[in-house]
Amino acid sequence: MALARPIGILLAKELRTEFRTRELLISTLVFVLIVLVLFSFTFDPTTVESRRFGPGLLWLALLFAGSLMLHPSFTREQSNDTLVALRMAPIEPVSILAAKILANFCFLLVAELVLLPVFAALYNLRIVPVLGRLVAVLVLGTLALSIVGTVFAAISSQARMRELLLPLLLLPLLTPALVASAEATAGLFNDPPTLAAVWVGVLAAFDTIFLTVTWLFGEYLLEE
Amino acid sequence: MQADSASNSPGGLGVEFVQFAKRYGARFALRNVSLSIAPGECVALVGPNGSGKTTLLKAAALLIRPTAGRVQFSNANSAGGQSFSSDMHRSQGLGALAPEASQHVAVSMTNGTDSAAVKRYIGLVSHSTLLYDDLTAEENLVLFARLYGLDSPDERALAALEPAGLAARSKDLVRNFSRGMRQRLAIARALLAGPKLLLLDEPSTGLDRAGQQWLGATLADLAAAGCTVLMSTHGAGEASAFVTRAIRLLAGSIAEDSAVSGDARGMLAAALAAHQEA
Repeated sequence: MALARPIGILLAKELRTEFRTRELLISTLVFVLIVLVLFSFTFDPTTVESRRFGPGLLWLALLFAGSLMLHPSFTREQSNDTLVALRMAPIEPVSILAAKILANFCFLLVAELVLLPVFAALYNLRIVPVLGRLVAVLVLGTLALSIVGTVFAAISSQARMRELLLPLLLLPLLTPALVASAEATAGLFNDPPTLAAVWVGVLAAFDTIFLTVTWLFGEYLLEE
Repeated sequence: MQADSASNSPGGLGVEFVQFAKRYGARFALRNVSLSIAPGECVALVGPNGSGKTTLLKAAALLIRPTAGRVQFSNANSAGGQSFSSDMHRSQGLGALAPEASQHVAVSMTNGTDSAAVKRYIGLVSHSTLLYDDLTAEENLVLFARLYGLDSPDERALAALEPAGLAARSKDLVRNFSRGMRQRLAIARALLAGPKLLLLDEPSTGLDRAGQQWLGATLADLAAAGCTVLMSTHGAGEASAFVTRAIRLLAGSIAEDSAVSGDARGMLAAALAAHQEA
């Protein structure tokens, strides 16, 4: 419970700042929208093709958008050294990371929920019958993206080539989560829809492992 | 709340650097610095740019890991060398540090709970403002009051804005503040939790004459209340009134200490002259 209070305070700060500026949400929404529209132009989205390619393209777009959105989460703490002020506060350092992960998770999820109907319309997919299971896959996949992305945003924020470094670190490491998310999502658009337990298990394991590693070593990432 | 009881209790937090060294790449920012600052002392750090003043303050703030050595803290009411230290390798669970306790305790920078017990009593005014531009002045202070676990964070924030002359601008975003107003708010933020060790890195930067007078009066009040003050300065006015000791750093080492030479005022005057020449 000692962690819950500072995480809640910092999460409220992150949400307040973002909903005041709307810098990350709007840019991410626009970016994913553009990618999905451009992808839809590359082939004729009949239902069969959409079932094959749509889920993979959706997760690729979300991955690219994630790397775009996650990058500023630590760099904007640098303009006035506010991370120093947070590190000076009498709180567990990992609570700073946890609040960032939760905030990024919320932002990505909001973006996904807005884009889901657009995705369904562009790729001619019926999402209503599988909505519950689709949201579950989105939550697990987005959590993976948020955990790893936030950790590597913290690492890369102190590097000189940080804009380039984050995608370079992030994309290979997220490959298992990307494959599992895309496969699980593709299964939902099969006839009949199926949610393969193996891919859900891979996502859950991925989330658990990276959350644990972040818990154990997170405070070192925040040091100079 | 514990932080409240701490802020109301008299006495400062002493700090001791034991063979402290910090290296960035191949360059040593500090070289085997051994320095003891007693609770309640008001110390000015002087020296040219790059002499290690900021690094020493960061070390006292538990923000950097030493390349060698350690930083120890001592309570105003502890006796016989009792201390708690930021040794990187030793640690005892202490939970929260009672300000009046006379006990042997140790903290580690790697142990969040232990270092948090010390950080609760340290205030920092840095080169940067440490403020969120997209929050209002009041929201910034309420955020940190909550993180420090202070009672009535909204009231505490407003009470801190009043002496800084920012009460009328409490609802304004910090991004709309002038440099001087930001600096006033940064100082108010550092004082919010009633620190027992106040670390200031050239705190008069950006302040106008009235602001410097307010800062000088505030620091004098804190010094009179027994708060330990460690401040880097170029020797300008806000320091000279209440400083009891001056230390001159040069290339990461202590070149002169008024505790030995006995002339803090002379050192500050010389530092100011050297800064104006440069």
